[in-house]
Amino acid sequence: MDALLLARIQFAFTIGFHFLFPAMTLGTALVILISETLHLMKKDDVYRKITDFFARLLGLIFVVGAATGIVMEFSFGTNWSQYSRTVGDIFGPILAAEGVIAFFLESVFVGVLIFGRKRVSPKVYWLAALLVFIGGHLSAFWIIVANSWMQTPAGYEIDTAGKIILTSFYDAVFNPSMIARFSHTVLASWITCAVMVSGIAGYYVRKGLHGETARTMLKIGIILLAITPLIQLGAAHGHAIQVIDTQPVKAAAMEGHFKTGRGAPLYVIGYVDEGNEKTYGIYIPKFFSFLYNFDFNSEIKGLKDFPKENWPPVNVVFQSYHIMVGLGMFFITLGLLGMWLLWTGKIYTAKWYLFWLPFFIPLPHLAHESGWITAEVGRQPWIIYGLMKTADAASVVVSAGEIVFSLVMFALVYLLLFVMFVRLFVKIVKQGPAAP
Amino acid sequence: MENIQNFQILWFVLIFILLLGYALLDGFDMGVGALLPFLGGNKEEKDTLIASIGPVWDGNEVWLITGGGALFAAFPHAYATAFSGFYLAMMLVLLALIFRAVSMEFRANDPARAGLWEKALVGGSALAALLFGVALGNVIYGVPLTDKMEYAGKFFTLLRPVPLLFGVAGLAAVLLQGASWAVMKTEGELQERSFQAVRVLMWINVITALVYFVVLSVTFSRLSGNVLFYVAVVLTFAGLIGLFFSARKKNDVAPFWESSFSFVGLFLAAGAAQFPNLIAASNGPNFSLTIYNSSTGLYTLQVMAVIALIGMPIVIGYTIFVYRLFKGKTRADDHY
Repeated sequence: MDALLLARIQFAFTIGFHFLFPAMTLGTALVILISETLHLMKKDDVYRKITDFFARLLGLIFVVGAATGIVMEFSFGTNWSQYSRTVGDIFGPILAAEGVIAFFLESVFVGVLIFGRKRVSPKVYWLAALLVFIGGHLSAFWIIVANSWMQTPAGYEIDTAGKIILTSFYDAVFNPSMIARFSHTVLASWITCAVMVSGIAGYYVRKGLHGETARTMLKIGIILLAITPLIQLGAAHGHAIQVIDTQPVKAAAMEGHFKTGRGAPLYVIGYVDEGNEKTYGIYIPKFFSFLYNFDFNSEIKGLKDFPKENWPPVNVVFQSYHIMVGLGMFFITLGLLGMWLLWTGKIYTAKWYLFWLPFFIPLPHLAHESGWITAEVGRQPWIIYGLMKTADAASVVVSAGEIVFSLVMFALVYLLLFVMFVRLFVKIVKQGPAAP
Repeated sequence: MENIQNFQILWFVLIFILLLGYALLDGFDMGVGALLPFLGGNKEEKDTLIASIGPVWDGNEVWLITGGGALFAAFPHAYATAFSGFYLAMMLVLLALIFRAVSMEFRANDPARAGLWEKALVGGSALAALLFGVALGNVIYGVPLTDKMEYAGKFFTLLRPVPLLFGVAGLAAVLLQGASWAVMKTEGELQERSFQAVRVLMWINVITALVYFVVLSVTFSRLSGNVLFYVAVVLTFAGLIGLFFSARKKNDVAPFWESSFSFVGLFLAAGAAQFPNLIAASNGPNFSLTIYNSSTGLYTLQVMAVIALIGMPIVIGYTIFVYRLFKGKTRADDHY
């Protein structure tokens, strides 16, 4: 196998693994902030127990996220040095800003959240919860800025040597896809946690454990689960329109849309035959066009309008996109059903509903990983859309053999981290909010 | 200050400060990690040692992340050349940092395998500290580079005596940071053992620092007459001499500051030897990556300077605030 492909596999694997953890961190920080705010206002010990429980989980989640996050920062230099040389002007400042403005804040105060309960006053503890929430989200903001700039570059010029020069930091940061992608990603993270909280609390309630604490936790989880996927529907819709406008090749691949035309269909499920350039499946006629601008006859560009060497692997993008959308619809249903049960007061005895909740905890991860694959594979063959090919970005001095070594190392270490994480996660959940 | 050179120099200084901050802060918690079995006699004592660094180590590590980001932002060629050139060594650094990070959390939640995670903590901490010194030693001492700014050496090129000396001197300084932190945060027998470690490590540091400064002054002719270099030597030995007396007097707090001064001296000498190089070329100075031929554009350096000069004082402010929250001796209820 050649070094480029190995480097891509390694990046996909390490970022895919890392992404599991920040996706949980943001939502967990939100739940902690909610319960600690309620604790401060109502002085009810139930909320303190909920905060402390999720702070313990956050400790585990955060540490694996931080450990695997450093790998990502190194990886641009170790494996993508040509990319780093070319985009240092823009990509570097964004990563550095993430450190100064965001990650310091999150990391310094996460220590207070995990270790400080007995050391600090309730108000300082609440402040720490707020700052971890803000720091985590700012961190996501800058990382999404960096990634969005690769999707829709802005605020730059190319000099005579082919180097990318920053001309407007503001334009680079607020590039055309940034806001849409940030909202979409943060909401995905909140959904991840809404399902996690509901799943854990559902398990407790069904087993009759932790009484009022479990019921309150379930209430918080279900309310989040009812709200967040619905907001996500709107955010995702905005993001999709932005992709159609700014990255038409990716948008066409997402729906397996080959020929430019009016009244493009929306597939519910399907398969793209890339050889014959045809898409099969169950579809809603004209709905892709309708969703673009609420006009059943609007024109959507097809893949054939673009040179074939600039197409991404169409079926991969199509399938990952549809898995994400399908799961999104499922979360909406799950949340609304839960809300109805909560509203009618039946939820604490609805064993058929509570039984399934814990099994759904991995599903949001599947959804956001699929979304990530859609975004990143959909950008191929570019590393920076329209500007630089992935094939030109890898390190020149790193051999295939060296990457095999590091890939095996990451595979083994991450397997160990994963097994340990799941075991300890389950263990902390089993100990529950009553634990000291 | 429209001149780009001013900003290139400013960024050399800022990255120096970020890496120094990393060395001092993550230095003490890696030092505690590496010394865990030597200082902690039983599980209780080990719990106390880990609890003393638990709330702060993750914030400390951000100095490295920010330093790396700043290097990428200001001098992308140096970042790209060093990280891709030292590929296998960088992978070992990552391995060490991963295990160092997760081992404390895993040890607390997985008591059945606590011994294993302690070994991971000790190994990860010591290996990371050693490798950072070796890496710095290499970029200062010089490595073979091509005219395309790419590394032309091999893995074993990195393990020459002078860079290894940097690694050993750095590790010794990190261990001293750890032992003197333990002195500040613990009591009783545990503190007694930490004092012993400080005394032994002080003498080791006297030797490694002496060799380090002599080798630097022989290797880098530009250091003769360099005021910063002399200041560095004075700082290090003033720190170590102070340490000698405060360890005798059983002062709780002073050893940590004295150890830090001594470490600052080592760093300052390295910076003086390095400037204005980022990665010295062993095959001729024309191939060297300097702050002048490796930087980003003026506008990027300016934007970053604004972010850093506003942001870092705030970071330092709330970092001090949090350290003060956990001030004093580590208590049993600080444990995981």
